[in-house]
Amino acid sequence: MNAPSLDPVDRALVLASQDGLPLCREPWRALAEQVGIPEAEVIARLQRMLDQGAIRRIGAIPNHYRLGYTANGMSVWDVTDERVDELGMVIGALPFVSHCYRRPRALPIWPYNLFAMVHGQSRDAVAEKVAVIAGILGPEARAHQTLYSSRILKKSGLRLK
Amino acid sequence: MEDLERHLLDDFQRDFPLTPTPFADMAQRLGVDEAKVLETLRVLKAEGKITRVGAVVRPGAVGASTLAAMAVPEARLVEVAEMVSTYPEVNHNYQREHELNLWFVITTPSQERLQAVLTDIRDRCRCPLISLPMERSYRLDLGFGLAWT
Repeated sequence: MNAPSLDPVDRALVLASQDGLPLCREPWRALAEQVGIPEAEVIARLQRMLDQGAIRRIGAIPNHYRLGYTANGMSVWDVTDERVDELGMVIGALPFVSHCYRRPRALPIWPYNLFAMVHGQSRDAVAEKVAVIAGILGPEARAHQTLYSSRILKKSGLRLK
Repeated sequence: MEDLERHLLDDFQRDFPLTPTPFADMAQRLGVDEAKVLETLRVLKAEGKITRVGAVVRPGAVGASTLAAMAVPEARLVEVAEMVSTYPEVNHNYQREHELNLWFVITTPSQERLQAVLTDIRDRCRCPLISLPMERSYRLDLGFGLAWT
């Protein structure tokens, strides 16, 4: 995956908006003044970063926990390296999976290479959804676990200084 | 939850208008006035139902990041968790029910800084620590469909 290149002005824009847009009539103008470029350029740069995929989306970012989705299960799977991309794509497309990533294993302590985050209003609800994933992966998943969060100790937006 | 709150959350997790007056455009689509949209978003933010209105940046697009996990003895968990949370580079920190019981995301401007923070945390905590940087994302982040009941 090639990382699209962000120039210093792009980075400044990302940094200026990391705490969220000001909730005022003309948020792009406020951002433009902060960064020191015209408003039209702010909009054009954000559109380009969206098109390139450097920005995934712009919108209201929900806090699942406060919306009643208090159970959050990180399901982790050991899938063969040959098939992980193909299967990851299938799991990532499931509507109840909010994030789906391939990560390296850390043997012997950590054999899992596919991560799928599942949110639900209860642990039972999460477990039902994990069972759907298990059904899809079948014997391709050599082992899996679901790690429930018992406490959120810190949650803040992206911070780059 | 009010209808307007629902719509603001569900309809605008993506495709937030990139126009000079986005909140007025949202208001027009929802058939309410701009002031009402702004006020409702402020309330949602104050109540913590949304963390912000803004951009979600693809991991790795700016700087470096990783998901780290540590196996912390139960008796030291609070102390170690607090210490990890004090790093400004740590933006999520969760206790999870597993031998690896502390999970946190580190985001830094550079790979060098990321390694330095990992080493620092490992040295100070003296607990087994693994680093699992994202290699590939399989989900185009389209937001999260909320099941309204």
